[in-house]
Amino acid sequence: MSTTIATEKAVYTGLAKPRSRLRTLRSNKTLLFMCMPAILFFLIFAYLPMPGLYLAFIKYNYTDGIFKSTFVHWDNFRFLVMTGDLWRLTYNTIAYNLGFILIGNALQILVAILLNELRLKWFKKLTQTLMFLPYFISFVLIGLIAYNILSYDYGLLNGILKSLGADPVKTYSNPHIWPLIIIITYLWQSTGYGSIIYFAAIMGLDSEIVEAAEIDGANALQRIRYIVLPWLKPTFIILLLFSLGSVLRGNFGLFYNLVGANNTSLYATTDIIETYVFRSLLNNFNFSMGSAVSLYQSVFGFFVIISANWLVKKLSPDNSLF
Amino acid sequence: MLTTRRKIRTDLSSMLVRTVGYSFIGLFSLCCLLPFLLIVGTSLTSEGSIARSGFNFWPREFSSFAYRIVFENPDLIIGSYWVTIGITLAGTAAGLFLVAMTGYALQRPDFQYRNGISFLIYFTTLFSGGLVPFYLLITQYLNLRDNYLAVLLPGLMTPFLIIMMKSFVRSIPHAITESAKIDGAGDFTIFIRLILPMTTPALATIGLFIAIGYWNEWYHSMLFLSPDMKYRPLQLFLYTVITSADFIKNSAAASNVELRDLPLESMKMATAVVATGPVILFYPFVQRYFIKGITVGAVKG
Repeated sequence: MSTTIATEKAVYTGLAKPRSRLRTLRSNKTLLFMCMPAILFFLIFAYLPMPGLYLAFIKYNYTDGIFKSTFVHWDNFRFLVMTGDLWRLTYNTIAYNLGFILIGNALQILVAILLNELRLKWFKKLTQTLMFLPYFISFVLIGLIAYNILSYDYGLLNGILKSLGADPVKTYSNPHIWPLIIIITYLWQSTGYGSIIYFAAIMGLDSEIVEAAEIDGANALQRIRYIVLPWLKPTFIILLLFSLGSVLRGNFGLFYNLVGANNTSLYATTDIIETYVFRSLLNNFNFSMGSAVSLYQSVFGFFVIISANWLVKKLSPDNSLF
Repeated sequence: MLTTRRKIRTDLSSMLVRTVGYSFIGLFSLCCLLPFLLIVGTSLTSEGSIARSGFNFWPREFSSFAYRIVFENPDLIIGSYWVTIGITLAGTAAGLFLVAMTGYALQRPDFQYRNGISFLIYFTTLFSGGLVPFYLLITQYLNLRDNYLAVLLPGLMTPFLIIMMKSFVRSIPHAITESAKIDGAGDFTIFIRLILPMTTPALATIGLFIAIGYWNEWYHSMLFLSPDMKYRPLQLFLYTVITSADFIKNSAAASNVELRDLPLESMKMATAVVATGPVILFYPFVQRYFIKGITVGAVKG
């Protein structure tokens, strides 16, 4: 997520004298050795599994292993399209991510701007710490917190509803309310963390501009509307495009711990690519179907990122990834 | 006349913004805190009171029974703590060293292969083999099932952390490296003796990111560590307590309590408090390092 790669190329163009390959290797020997653990790490844990996507084109069965299982061409993909699974997973993953990105960024900007207007130092510090807190806990605990609030028998929500004389809600079997639950949980967890970037951007705003505007008679709302918001616009666009790049990557921990491992009644609105692949691996042992979905996700996602980066490059070359 | 009116309007609008600010930020922070209190409150409530009136922030009928059961057989939870502490310490030390070393080397302008290697690392965020091949790699080819290394190794580094380290190192003038080279120091010596001491704030930030990742790790643990293992990482232990009926039965047998007398709900919460509490107390002191990391690593420029 940085400009590193792009800018470095421009800064350094190589030594003046042409060198032979061997001499280059020799003079870079130590630095190359220093990178070796990282190179090995990514080769083993990221590159070595990639050829495994071949599983997507076979009908894998455990006894025959990868190489003797039948090659079935595009049958797995055809199956995923025909059952409607692929469409549902794509729709859910993208729709949730768009919700996270748009509502999330709006809320983060709002929090950052309001924080900046506060004057009481202790209040600012305390609230920042509290808002940051949910980012530090594991998804397991987040799942437990959700259960505390949503449980049909004991949950806080139904406790409040009952004391108001209303009927309790069967949260864990009603798929329609889950988009709301998941988005609220996401916002709860990530707003404090995300607002830091915007807050830091506001800190970078030249105080002379703000003072000049105040002397000219701009009030607080006008200051926010005409100075702070336009100032945040580039940050917003860049963050937006970055997150759009990974719009096909789901947040497995969030969905899995909120919904539970086997709650089939909620799949219609809560099943995303990651949870589907996870189930196909551990519950159905359908390795081929899981790999087919992963391959689809990686290829489709790759083109989304390339397009997002192309857009960033057009708008602000300094921020492009490559 | 005109100036006074404008002044009043200015005051009104900034008062409005501040009122909205204090109430919104205050309420939102409260919402971030309350769920934690809910868990603590429930963990201290008697099971009968939970059955009658559900989970509450303030225990209507105080009871520390759940904690007594949790601590009656502390063996499992203490074991889980040690496993998590061990993985976190070893993983953070090794990961931090490797991330720092890689980040420094890739930031050296005179390193010829840095663009190639940077791309090799960065490409893994664009394209991945997905979960199934990764699972097969760990379990069938590296044979790491039921081995703590299956949790430790994959968490050592991420492209994001290496890029963050590069951004930190960039603020150190290259002239320092150059003058040390002229004095005859090798690249590795320069890194250990000069660069590491100069980047301590960066190391603290990156180290904390790695550490929190290990501490909250449950995904790889769930995938690769089966219930055959006695001691499993803390978050997986918590997950088991929350979701597994078998576990509850076993702990009833172990603590000589009838199954129907077991405080099921408050026990889940008590375990969560015991597993999470210490870290949350630690967190306010390290928060500023995270903030530094986010602002450096997230948006450059």
